[in-house]
Amino acid sequence: MIINHPLLGPRDASEFVYLGDAALMKRPDWQADDAAQQFYEYLYLRDNIAGQHRELWYHEQGDRSWLVVTRNTETHEITAVELARDVATREGHAV
Amino acid sequence: MRYSAFTVIKQALTGHKDWKPAWRDPEPRSEYDVIIIGGGGHGLATAYYLAKEHGITNVAVLEKGWIGGGNVGRNTTIIRSNYLLPGNEPFYELSMKLWENLEQDFNYNAMVSQRGILNLSHSDPQQDAYARRGNAMQLAGADSVLLDKAGVEKLCPFLDFDNARFPIKGGLWQPRAGTVRHDAVAWGYARGADTRGVDIIQNCEVTGFLMENGQCLGVETSRGTIKAKKVAVAVAGSSSRVMAKAGMRLPIESHVLQAFVSEGLKPIIPGVVTFGAGHFYVSQSDKGGLVFGGDIDGYNTYAQRGNLPTVEDVCEGGMALMPMIGRARLLRMWGGVMDMSMDGSPYIDKTHVEGLYFNGGWCYGGFKATPASGWCYAHLVATGQPHPVATEYRLDRFVSGKMIDEKGVGAQPNLH
Amino acid sequence: MKMTSQIQQVNRVSQGLLNNNTEQSLSFEFNGKSMTGYAGDTLASALLANGEKLVARSFKYHRPRGIFSAGSEEPNALVELRKGAYQEPNTRATIIELFDGLEAKSQNYRGSLKYDLMAINDRLSPFLSAGFYYKTFMWPKAFWEKLYEPIIRSSAGLGRLSAIEDGDSYDKGFLHCDLLIIGAGPAGLAAALQASRSGAKVLVADEDFLLGGRLNAENHGVAGAAGHEWAASTVAELNSLPNVRIMPRTSIYGSFDHGIYGALERKTDHLASSGGKPRQVLWRIYSKQALLCAGSTERPIAFANNDRPGVMLAGSVRTYVNRYGVTAGQKVAVFTNNDDGWRTAVDLSDKGVEISAIIDTRDKAPLAAPKGAAVMMGGSVINTAGRHGIREITLSNGQKVPTDCLAVSGGWNPNVHLTCHQRGKPEWQDDISAFVPGHALPVGMQVAGAANGTLTLASALAEGHAKASEMVSNIGYTPSNSLAPDSNDESCAVSAFWYVDSGKDRAWLDLQNDVTVKDIKLSHQEGFRSVEHLKRYTTLGMATDQGKTSNVNALAVMADCTGKTIPETGTTIFRPPYTPVAIGALAGRARGKDFRPTRLTPSHRWAEAQGAVFVETGMWLRAQWFPQAGETTWRESVDREVIQTRKSVGICDVTTLGKIDIQGRDAAAFLNKIYANAFAKLPVGKVRYGLMLREDGIAMDDGTTARFSDTHFVMTTTTANAVSVFRHMEFARQCLWPDLDVQLLSATEQFAQYAVAGPNSRKLLQKIVDADYAIDNESFPFMACAEITVCNGIPARLFRISFSGELAYEIAVPARYGDSLFRVLMEAGQEYDVVPYGTEALGVMRIEKGHAAGNELNGQITAQNLGMGRLVSKKKDCIGNKLSERSALNTDNIVELVGFRPVDVTEMLSSGAHFIAIGAEASTENDQGWMSSVCYSPELKMSVGIGFIQNGSQRLGEKVRAVDLVRGKDIEVEITSAHHVDPEGERLRG
Repeated sequence: MIINHPLLGPRDASEFVYLGDAALMKRPDWQADDAAQQFYEYLYLRDNIAGQHRELWYHEQGDRSWLVVTRNTETHEITAVELARDVATREGHAV
Repeated sequence: MRYSAFTVIKQALTGHKDWKPAWRDPEPRSEYDVIIIGGGGHGLATAYYLAKEHGITNVAVLEKGWIGGGNVGRNTTIIRSNYLLPGNEPFYELSMKLWENLEQDFNYNAMVSQRGILNLSHSDPQQDAYARRGNAMQLAGADSVLLDKAGVEKLCPFLDFDNARFPIKGGLWQPRAGTVRHDAVAWGYARGADTRGVDIIQNCEVTGFLMENGQCLGVETSRGTIKAKKVAVAVAGSSSRVMAKAGMRLPIESHVLQAFVSEGLKPIIPGVVTFGAGHFYVSQSDKGGLVFGGDIDGYNTYAQRGNLPTVEDVCEGGMALMPMIGRARLLRMWGGVMDMSMDGSPYIDKTHVEGLYFNGGWCYGGFKATPASGWCYAHLVATGQPHPVATEYRLDRFVSGKMIDEKGVGAQPNLH
Repeated sequence: MKMTSQIQQVNRVSQGLLNNNTEQSLSFEFNGKSMTGYAGDTLASALLANGEKLVARSFKYHRPRGIFSAGSEEPNALVELRKGAYQEPNTRATIIELFDGLEAKSQNYRGSLKYDLMAINDRLSPFLSAGFYYKTFMWPKAFWEKLYEPIIRSSAGLGRLSAIEDGDSYDKGFLHCDLLIIGAGPAGLAAALQASRSGAKVLVADEDFLLGGRLNAENHGVAGAAGHEWAASTVAELNSLPNVRIMPRTSIYGSFDHGIYGALERKTDHLASSGGKPRQVLWRIYSKQALLCAGSTERPIAFANNDRPGVMLAGSVRTYVNRYGVTAGQKVAVFTNNDDGWRTAVDLSDKGVEISAIIDTRDKAPLAAPKGAAVMMGGSVINTAGRHGIREITLSNGQKVPTDCLAVSGGWNPNVHLTCHQRGKPEWQDDISAFVPGHALPVGMQVAGAANGTLTLASALAEGHAKASEMVSNIGYTPSNSLAPDSNDESCAVSAFWYVDSGKDRAWLDLQNDVTVKDIKLSHQEGFRSVEHLKRYTTLGMATDQGKTSNVNALAVMADCTGKTIPETGTTIFRPPYTPVAIGALAGRARGKDFRPTRLTPSHRWAEAQGAVFVETGMWLRAQWFPQAGETTWRESVDREVIQTRKSVGICDVTTLGKIDIQGRDAAAFLNKIYANAFAKLPVGKVRYGLMLREDGIAMDDGTTARFSDTHFVMTTTTANAVSVFRHMEFARQCLWPDLDVQLLSATEQFAQYAVAGPNSRKLLQKIVDADYAIDNESFPFMACAEITVCNGIPARLFRISFSGELAYEIAVPARYGDSLFRVLMEAGQEYDVVPYGTEALGVMRIEKGHAAGNELNGQITAQNLGMGRLVSKKKDCIGNKLSERSALNTDNIVELVGFRPVDVTEMLSSGAHFIAIGAEASTENDQGWMSSVCYSPELKMSVGIGFIQNGSQRLGEKVRAVDLVRGKDIEVEITSAHHVDPEGERLRG
């Protein structure tokens, strides 16, 4: 596979390390009343989509960027690649 | 027709004209006591043991394609019970014992071949971990032998002992492990279940569940509505998609595992060998092909195919371990979609929906588990209680933190 | 020479297209017999020229087998090529280029090839029908493992591996192109011309060594020249263009995601020796577009005993005579259901070969038959005779025709394989009775020529040309306005005909695996009707040729049984590789010591010069111990290193520890989230032990982190987790807390680091630390850190931390000074009898101190298990603390890390033993924990260990058994504190 890195252009997927569902960026609030349940769901339950999947890849053999890649899990077609940091900032994750 | 020496000889001499289909091809009835979704190894084994051990024969196995077309038909055929953790080892040892009597039990030769498995170690800590595991196996009644380097050399003189980047220090040997003709397992269970009255219905895709008041009353299929008192799902590779129809999210991701076979070669590899410092394991089939594999590709996918980096990585491991295979040729590569669970261990459990049961999350270890999975799942469906060796395989175990994490890599499915 | 070779080569009728003149012959050996051929021959063409009919045995029945085809689809003529470290089993004679001195042997027989003892299987064939083994070998039970299976296994496989390391090397490479053209036949060459003239960067790959595809096997003309001449001149033109790369002897073996293709280039297989060059090169080709022009493969017709040597594909017989000047027989008959078969008769007859008969299943003859050939229309061949080769055929009218070669044509199947590698399914095209590429092609791929079902020449040329124009314009080039090469379409009408009813006799479909029409029928009868069941039950298409000449015919038989059409019956999914690929090529250079990179620390050479024994630690090599003269066991060396360090001073290279530089205004806040214990208030100039959890609450790694300023920290990780911890922290930084002002840099390689440990460590360091820096106990107490200079101005970082439990420091210098620092320390330490110590002594001292390491931090262990539960802060948000609170991780009965000593102090403990109560049965139910690390403590003069046992912290002093069944040990041990030596930690503060 080839991942079109937003800063570095097309790169072979073997330069990257895969993490999984981009929902892992949405870490729950540790002080919520149901934090234990939220953390359980956050870490263990996955949509595991057959189709468009937003997922995290890390450019370990490259610039160490974490990327959010939108890839079809049935065809492997990649339709979007963004810097995870931009996504996280835009979507306003908690500090 | 029961297979016996007499029938085999008689048919051979009379042009094989009386052999009957190994299983019937019935139309689905409108209602069953139990519906099993998924005509793979686990689903068929469950049907077989429901009928044979629990006398429940009003059962349908619904398969969207052809039986045995999932991972039971595309794995690397290894059976073993060399697990570490108490949540796993007794279960896999039960499976091993069932394998050892399987052929007589279901009157079908699945070619269970107990030529052993050797897990190589390349460092003292790895050898220590194997000692711990070998001991855990014996505590559970399984067999294990801790080998030093000389012991490994005696078993497998063709490994690279002289020029290896990661020299072989020893290994853990389980003599009773081995390989099985994988397709025959599905066929044997199907034939055994069919003989006892189970309807095996191919080309019948489940499209939804009949739900009422939190209870599952049957399924919608491509061939109409079928009611059932109990519905048992065993669709590894499609678990998330099927259970989503019941409104459930699972602790599972789908990944592809590639497998490889070489051209047929005269016998050269005695049992199963796994490399401890690279991603490679190998055995040799009864037809002479080297059957080998390595790690999953590592990204979520539902496509039953992988990519080149993994292919090359696996072959690198093979050449590093046994450089004599350089001129053997890779004949075929294929992929299977794995239910990768969050701790590397499976689920055999009730769901929060009454009458709906789930079996999945086998990662790439489902084949060896087939008999015990069927045995324990049948037990759960028939009695409502988990089988004693499968009590840890709960869907909700992560809520309380009862992980069964053999590899110790945590909630990271692609690392299990 | 010429005379002899011609006499030997009884079937050589002309020069064909052979490269060199036939004066220069090549000698080779087959089954020990010397023969000759010419440059440009394949082993198959040379064997046929020499009249060798019987070359192999089939897999199951050990039936005699001859050469069947002229290409990579060959199911029969597999040989063992070369010898010793170069022995190559299952090599298709049809693609082996002849070289001088070639040696090949037949395979899969016992006794001799001609009188194969295993041919008894053929007599037993009624018992060996499809799936026979599933029904038998079960009685009595014990016989399977002891008797049946060993017999089956001993007859497995075809060729042999030498069991010697492959003597050749392999390379890998990457290629990029605008347009990849797969196959250099008419369509491929026409496409290459057009694309290259349009300016695109073109790559053309073909598995053959002579480019041109069927043009080299036929007598068709192109653009006013003979087809093969046009091919040669086109290749020459393409080779002269800077934007074209032509790769002969290169198989595209697979199509993968995003336009990536796998290719295998055979570099030296056609030479007597590789001469030290890579034998093959595995290419990964990145293409913007790919045009598949892989041609088509002829299929046979099945009839009784159609497997004898001399029964061949008609197109291949034509290839042999036109390209190689070799006739496959002296009296050739043709059996066909299509016009193409007739051309074999015509071409052979033109070369003077006698045509005994033409049998066509259709009613009307398409061409005039060559002189002397009997023609039977609407007929078929119903049987053959001849023990080691065909001697006679029987026609459907009962007539027997003497013949020594039967050329069979059942039509042509487009080579759609690569279109299916991404799960695309081919579609049926009725007019050619064959599967053609489906609509779901791999992204960027198109198909032209015979591979696309365009089976005639002019159309194939035009299609190649047109597709190239379309594809280059897809990627921004303007197609050249040149025209497609001019030619004519030959007649190619075909009428589907798959098999002749063979009665009691067997009619073969899969020649290698011995799958017959009957087997397909039996498969149907027993309910194995889905194509995948059929394939698996009968083993059809599972042989080395992957069913290239058998799959479609078998489908046709099954379709007949079920009453469905062929496309309704289905098609199997073609998987990579297109043709088998050597495992050595897929591995490339990654073997032996080069399997993975080796990382060396800056002072590696020094350690090597001291005679250190090294151990692999991940990618690193670390000194394990430093043997001295007179020491005969590793224990002697290790004990000495430990004793001397604890007595005076020792130095250990700890460069391999991960080092992460952390800077930024929010660095402290960030660390506070990464570590489970509190870090926000760590004072500048101090070091703190840190425990890092995964989000699931399991211990991930531990180490120390030093604070050099408000905004600057330096973290150490374990050697094993250096990479994964850094990745984890980058994830936290970029994905979880992007607003924190913090930057991370891995500095593992940038610093060499040494532990200097022992009561004299301070004195030793004082000798090299520059005078500006005070390191006495008061100025630089336990857990202090500072940036200093040593040896007159060399920058260094000094940490007062101790893994050994002694007064100890770690000193880090830029990597370039590492080696000299180690030497300087050793020299300065002479007066204290300083010793270098390795990882074993390091391990002994940490076990004596009860420190957890890799054996303990194995990914299954919580802070609570380590006895560090109280370290995990509840007052802050940090990774892992929430899920570490889960109930099962906090019961009263969790395992806890404690120490163990043998009750009988002469006993040696062993790691991996499980703890069982005294008197209890050794079983899973009674398993209380395990010993994780053990060592011999030179200080206590006994074996000590640490390990995990249920509720261990409350059981100090209790005795249990350490049961180590795999080593045959079962000894009593006492539960102790994990701190075996200096439990109060007085030494390290001294």
